[in-house]
Amino acid sequence: MEKDGQKHLGIYIHIPFCVRKCFYCDFLSAPADEEEKARYVEALRTEIRGESGKYRDYTINTIFIGGGTPSLLETGSIGRILNRVYENYKVSRDCEISMEVNPGTVTWEKLADFKNSGGNRLSIGLQSAVDSELKALGRIHTFEDFLMTYELALKAGFCNINVDLMTAIPGQSVESLKKTLQRVTALKRMPAHISAYSLIIEEGTPFYEKRPELPDEDLERELYKITGDFLLSKGYRQYEISNYALPGYECRHNMVYWRRGSYAGFGTGAASMVENVRFCNTSDRKKYMERFLNNDNNFNIIQNDMDVNPDEFPIKNKNTYVTKEDFQKNLEGDLAKENVQALSIEEQMEEFMFLGLRMKAGVCKNEFLRIFGKTIDEVYPGIVEEFCERGLLALRKEGVPGEEWIALTPFGMDVSNRVMAEFLLTDTDI
Amino acid sequence: MSTDAGIAQSKIRNFCIVAHIDHGKSTLADRIIERTGLLTSREMQAQVLDNMDLERERGITIKAQAVRTIYKARNGEEYIFNLIDTPGHVDFNYEVSRSLAACDGAVLVVDAAQGIEAQTLANVYLALDHNLEVFPVINKIDLPSAEPDRVKNEIEDVIGIEAMDAPLISAKNGIGIDEVLEAIIEKIPAPSGDPDSPLKALIFDSLYDPYKGVIVFCRIMEGRVAKGTSIRMMATGAKFEVVEAGYFGAGQFIPCDELSAGMVGYITASIKNVKDTAVGDTITDAKNPCAEPLPGYKKVNSMVYCGIYPADGAKYPDLRDALEKLQLNDASLHYEPETSIALGFGFRCGFLGLLHLEIIQERLEREYNLDLVTTAPGVVYKVRKTDGEVIELTNPSNLPDPSVIEYMEEPVVSAEIMVTTDFIGPIMELCQERRGRYLGMEYLEETRALLKYELPLNEIIYDFFDALKSRSRGYASFDYELKGYEQSELVKLDILINREEVDALSFIVHKESAYERGRKMCEKLKEEIPRHLFEIPIQAAIGGKIIARETVKAVRKDVLAKCYGGDITRKKKLLEKQKEGKKRMRQIGNVEIPQKAFMSVLKLDDK
Repeated sequence: MEKDGQKHLGIYIHIPFCVRKCFYCDFLSAPADEEEKARYVEALRTEIRGESGKYRDYTINTIFIGGGTPSLLETGSIGRILNRVYENYKVSRDCEISMEVNPGTVTWEKLADFKNSGGNRLSIGLQSAVDSELKALGRIHTFEDFLMTYELALKAGFCNINVDLMTAIPGQSVESLKKTLQRVTALKRMPAHISAYSLIIEEGTPFYEKRPELPDEDLERELYKITGDFLLSKGYRQYEISNYALPGYECRHNMVYWRRGSYAGFGTGAASMVENVRFCNTSDRKKYMERFLNNDNNFNIIQNDMDVNPDEFPIKNKNTYVTKEDFQKNLEGDLAKENVQALSIEEQMEEFMFLGLRMKAGVCKNEFLRIFGKTIDEVYPGIVEEFCERGLLALRKEGVPGEEWIALTPFGMDVSNRVMAEFLLTDTDI
Repeated sequence: MSTDAGIAQSKIRNFCIVAHIDHGKSTLADRIIERTGLLTSREMQAQVLDNMDLERERGITIKAQAVRTIYKARNGEEYIFNLIDTPGHVDFNYEVSRSLAACDGAVLVVDAAQGIEAQTLANVYLALDHNLEVFPVINKIDLPSAEPDRVKNEIEDVIGIEAMDAPLISAKNGIGIDEVLEAIIEKIPAPSGDPDSPLKALIFDSLYDPYKGVIVFCRIMEGRVAKGTSIRMMATGAKFEVVEAGYFGAGQFIPCDELSAGMVGYITASIKNVKDTAVGDTITDAKNPCAEPLPGYKKVNSMVYCGIYPADGAKYPDLRDALEKLQLNDASLHYEPETSIALGFGFRCGFLGLLHLEIIQERLEREYNLDLVTTAPGVVYKVRKTDGEVIELTNPSNLPDPSVIEYMEEPVVSAEIMVTTDFIGPIMELCQERRGRYLGMEYLEETRALLKYELPLNEIIYDFFDALKSRSRGYASFDYELKGYEQSELVKLDILINREEVDALSFIVHKESAYERGRKMCEKLKEEIPRHLFEIPIQAAIGGKIIARETVKAVRKDVLAKCYGGDITRKKKLLEKQKEGKKRMRQIGNVEIPQKAFMSVLKLDDK
């Protein structure tokens, strides 16, 4: 993403450890011993430094440390990771630096370490303020644990805090959701941001093996509406299908994904998109560790990346734009990188549409034309018009005069997959 | 070039094997071919005669086939065996009868455990009707459940042919095959017929070859035919000059100098179209014709019709080409272009029966790689209009306005169902449900009975056989023949989806079962049609009057709540799946209907 002639980059750092898998979780995360975690932090630090050559032209605007449970790492680890970023990247002064934490895994020292290392945003996984629901989800904490963590976070000076909530939890009712919403918004200082996802049963999770009884579709939609209405009444604005924020507190890192900004992912399984090349790290922790820990290995490419002399990085001229081809060339043959895919124009267009439409604001017609040199109606003849007629999309003139935006209506959000599918132009064969 | 000319008629045996399905007909044919030489067991693909993939998969014979082998008998003499394998399904009864007419005798194979079944009877009677000498063999005697003595008695009691010295064999394991071969020589008469009379040959099958044109399978009854003979087909009137005459090796055609009375073989004559070589027609010498054609020729009519459409409208020319090619080999396939509002351009196709329909459908899909939408099959109705005109209705959409219909007639069959006595109740109930008229019942033995019914054809073409099997736990067998047309109270049932009539879903049904069928059809379509973003009413109507309704509820939710981090591949895949699903749908108005929904009417009795 280029703004003011500058190139911007989001950084995602993955911490694949947790105390125990929750019943619904299909993320790359698992319990591990202290030594394993320490070794992983070292591998991560090597990767962050080694990859920096690729991103010399970029200013880092957002950093997101996610998991797993990053707060499980021993005190000081997060600081060591972030410092490695600062040493090797150009990080903007107002960079949004977030970390996910789970109640029950946070200490004052860990929060202070993150804060002192520049951290300015916390995301706390609460899911529900009703203990029976937490138990049903296989969470390791109670609501009381959350309150202590939240208190601690405020004391440590965090004022930009997200709380993750969940709807469609087994056994959840309208009343119990309202209780959760009330409890969360009645906190001494209201969270600046609330994510409210509805539970989806994913393959490979305990819930998939033993399917719990879930609220039906009608109740699920009611819960979704209640969430939106309630949060609106408390001053939150929905800015994405599942995200709500007090004005000015939208998660900038999330927006990078939906707006198709460049981002680099570090750690196992982390996904990146730079210059319209998508790639991701291996999910195999052993392979990942070998790649970044054993300096003696004879992989040329590793040597290349690890001897940190930025001038020797295979991009010839440091002022040249890093092209797609450069990136792909550099990524191919890297054992830790998988699914390297240079996006075609069609793929970029469809992503622009189906990712952008996740935002409440939708997609900007003018921007599409600016990027692709074609109008949306040229690429998708009649589709926007049809969905507008059917009440799924709406056109809006907003912001800069002359700009027109296309966004999902509330009905369109309920069935957004149906709408987004119509904007696909290509088939993947991955 | 080898020749049969020197072989005396007395050394020829023309025969077929008749059996109920699965009683071992094709296996015995294989053993006979193997034992008589020409083909070693290593060269044999299992079941040589069933050479279409489909035939092998389904274990049935679709087209008649013939093979000539040489058997050196115990008496030291060599005999020519012409084995004609006949189709084994009621759909192909006429073809069976013509194949039988080409033979002088038949080997009746009966399963030692199961005994006589409905098709056994039907086929034996057919063989006896053609004055064939029939002798039984008891197969599968090595099965633990074999009861050869009981089965012998049954054959004598029920069919009335001598069975006490029937060879006891296992075709599968090669037991008793020599006895069968000797019995063929002993019991089946040698052909007769004067080689010096004018040519009179029976066409019992034909095959289209891209190089030789139509290869006509025939049995020479009188006279002789050789290269250069001018021939005339007596029913169609077509005239040709013979290019080649020959006999059937195993899987190949072997030319010979001439075919003479008593022989079975083939001729080619640069014939471009199988329509000119109708099964059952008589070939004669154009210059020296015989006085009378052979008896029994009839024009084969389609019994079952359905609409066949390409799933992708752009494939219409491909479908047309494929049908053209299939018809080259299958004169009983009829088709003509038709247009459906719902399905676009396609063909109304006529078949001998439901099996024939399925075979054609499968061949179109497999051999021609076509994705098809098939409408529910129906029979041919006769509609008598008030102005006296009678129309044959093959497509329900063409039914005239009820005000100009005086009455309608539907085809009726006489059916014979053989069933163990335990299941007589459920089977009678089934026939009753299907508007059957009870004609009578015979006990074949203490535990088995033969039920006779008249049934409307349209009640049995769909799933009658399956219902029969499930209600008798597989113990019932069934055979039928067309009896004729009868007046009946019939109505056209229309289906409306989202208030639009879908022509491809209309069907003709008896007035009394219309309500029930309409209700079930709506229920079935409710299951088949995916939920849309709006509510979809599904209605059944007769003449504009709604008689049943179901509703497909609107989708309330289809959203990926969490799209975690930067990994969007999963999200895209999910969207792709959604889009892919749509491709297999037919758009009618705003509604997308899956292709298989058009066959829903076939599954109304699924429990």
